[in-house]
Amino acid sequence: MKEFDPGEAPASIVSITDRVKPLPLGAAVGSVHFLGDRAFFVGTEESVAIATLDGEITRTETHFGAILCAASDGKRLVTGGDDGKLIAIDAKGETSVIATDAKRRWIDNVALHGDGTVAWSAGKTAFVRNPKGEEKTFEVPSTVGGLAFAPKGLRLAIAHYNGVTLWFPNMAANPEFLEWAGSHLAVMFSPDNKFLVTAMHEAAMHGWRLADNRHMRMSGYPGRVRSMSWSVGGKGLATSGADTVIVWPFTSKDGPMGKEPAMLAPMPARVAVVACHPKNDIMAVGYADGTVLMVRLEDGAEILVRRNTGAAVSALGWNAKGTLLAFGTEDGDAGILEM
Amino acid sequence: MAEASQKIPVTVLTGYLGAGKTTLLNRILSENHGKKYAVIVNEFGEIGIDNDLIIGADEEVFEMNNGCVCCTVRGDLVRIMDGLMKRKGKFDAIIVETTGLADPAPVAQTFFVDEDVQKNARLDAVVTVADAKWLSDRLKDAPEAKNQIAFADVIVLNKTDLVSKPELAEVEARIRGINPYAKLHRTERCQVGITDVLERGAFDLDRILEIEPDFLEAGDGHDHDHDHHHDHHHHDHGHGHGLKHYHDEDMQSLSLRSEKPLDPTKFMPWLQNLVATEGQKILRSKGILAFTGDDDRYVFQGVHMMLEGDHQRKWKDGEKRESRVVFIGRELPEQAIRDGFEQCITT
Repeated sequence: MKEFDPGEAPASIVSITDRVKPLPLGAAVGSVHFLGDRAFFVGTEESVAIATLDGEITRTETHFGAILCAASDGKRLVTGGDDGKLIAIDAKGETSVIATDAKRRWIDNVALHGDGTVAWSAGKTAFVRNPKGEEKTFEVPSTVGGLAFAPKGLRLAIAHYNGVTLWFPNMAANPEFLEWAGSHLAVMFSPDNKFLVTAMHEAAMHGWRLADNRHMRMSGYPGRVRSMSWSVGGKGLATSGADTVIVWPFTSKDGPMGKEPAMLAPMPARVAVVACHPKNDIMAVGYADGTVLMVRLEDGAEILVRRNTGAAVSALGWNAKGTLLAFGTEDGDAGILEM
Repeated sequence: MAEASQKIPVTVLTGYLGAGKTTLLNRILSENHGKKYAVIVNEFGEIGIDNDLIIGADEEVFEMNNGCVCCTVRGDLVRIMDGLMKRKGKFDAIIVETTGLADPAPVAQTFFVDEDVQKNARLDAVVTVADAKWLSDRLKDAPEAKNQIAFADVIVLNKTDLVSKPELAEVEARIRGINPYAKLHRTERCQVGITDVLERGAFDLDRILEIEPDFLEAGDGHDHDHDHHHDHHHHDHGHGHGLKHYHDEDMQSLSLRSEKPLDPTKFMPWLQNLVATEGQKILRSKGILAFTGDDDRYVFQGVHMMLEGDHQRKWKDGEKRESRVVFIGRELPEQAIRDGFEQCITT
């Protein structure tokens, strides 16, 4: 893939902008997660704004400083800050401190496992704590760029410079190292546990087929990939970084190798965030110009959720049932849409 | 680069072990300037810095995957800048302190290659603190120290009270043998005006106004201290009066000049090819160019293989339309560069 052809813009587009419940948060949004029917908008600094579908907003202070990372398993939300704290927030909005870094280092990354285990990183050190409170640490050669739990077993992928380390915190076995030159900043397993993908510092993605560690190069992006999301069933991986959504096909045993990605929802602005629907073959797409679209993966059909106003969309999230979509922007605007 | 003024300025503070970086840093931070600084220090560096926003860095240097061995960036800085930008508005400027053994190039290059970093921040200047007593020795045995001098926009020559006047003249001559273009300040305990080290705009294309060697500008009506006058006196006497003019064995600066206009169709490919082939040796480059049939001044600057350039402004009436190009680097192929430059002059 050498370049992206944006194709022809559709003459008209179905709009459901009037069905969005506006939420003027007034503070930049880093990410959004649903706990039950309430949307938890993680600010880039200091607090989490909790919003109901009725437009009621409450705010919970969480960090003295920047909020650098957040993850949710649907039951709780965990955030890490530049104050060295790792904070859990439950569905009621109650907060508790999970950990405080001894050297007050930045908590750069966090990941949650289905069994309640939490992983986080500060500098080169990855930490894992199980629900019983037992903590283990693992040091990688350079700063951790991203963390992800495998969908099966307790296995943690730690992205760093020149590759990804796969660590089994409960096993004595040596961690596995998947090498690829460059800086790996985010990491994800495919839902079927067959592939591992990273977003790199350069404008490219890299992947490995875990059965044989075969490399998959996914390049051609004009900008860095900052957002990636698996479509339902792991059939495709939707990514930001271009002025269309780049969706890599993962239906065959070779993943996207030798195949062209789908290029959907072309716009005159860079795709900033993507979030695939949890049940259906649609995705929400946020752009650098503030536009939010809903896009059908099959044919690229688009529905306008938010017009291109203000700053870039910085957060998108679905509730578990896929009945609610929330978005947030860099200039503190947000909204919830009931499907 | 039109929005340069809205970008957060970043000062890189470098200098060999024990030269006084932390002293200078504390001086900047404790001065009553009403500004807030985010300070990025190396994790294992000196302690005792009093500042709200202080971030430990790991100096992780990695190569860009573009096949260019000197295109190295500081990965930790990319990450820290990402995090700091979440606190935009909470600070006015950023100071990056490197370890004493660091090469400033990866820090500088981080601000040229990374799209997101470049969107929010701009490199202001590389400030090198040097120890008047020990620098001459370090220039002989520590390539890092030489790199830091060669790379500098501002040199704070510290601990001048610990050396005699001839020793000071000697170390300055050695510095000038490597980098005649940096602003040089003589200090004791890093007593230097904050405006002399911050907000220099050394990487701002619009401010590449003068690329004369710094010492030629002395005596231009500024208020010089006694030492400076003394030093100036030496320079006035210049060659043949016993002042040593050092030519560093492996690190030099090279200045090219033409009063005849340059042919842009020749110069630009030549320059690009030069930095592509010799970029590893060229630490810094700068130029003000007069092109044939072009009423605008063209300015450029570079770090190793990375170049940026733009039309700056119209040549003023009566202004001498002279092209000036400066390279600082290691084992520069001087004659080849001079010959190449000559070929670009419109005849």
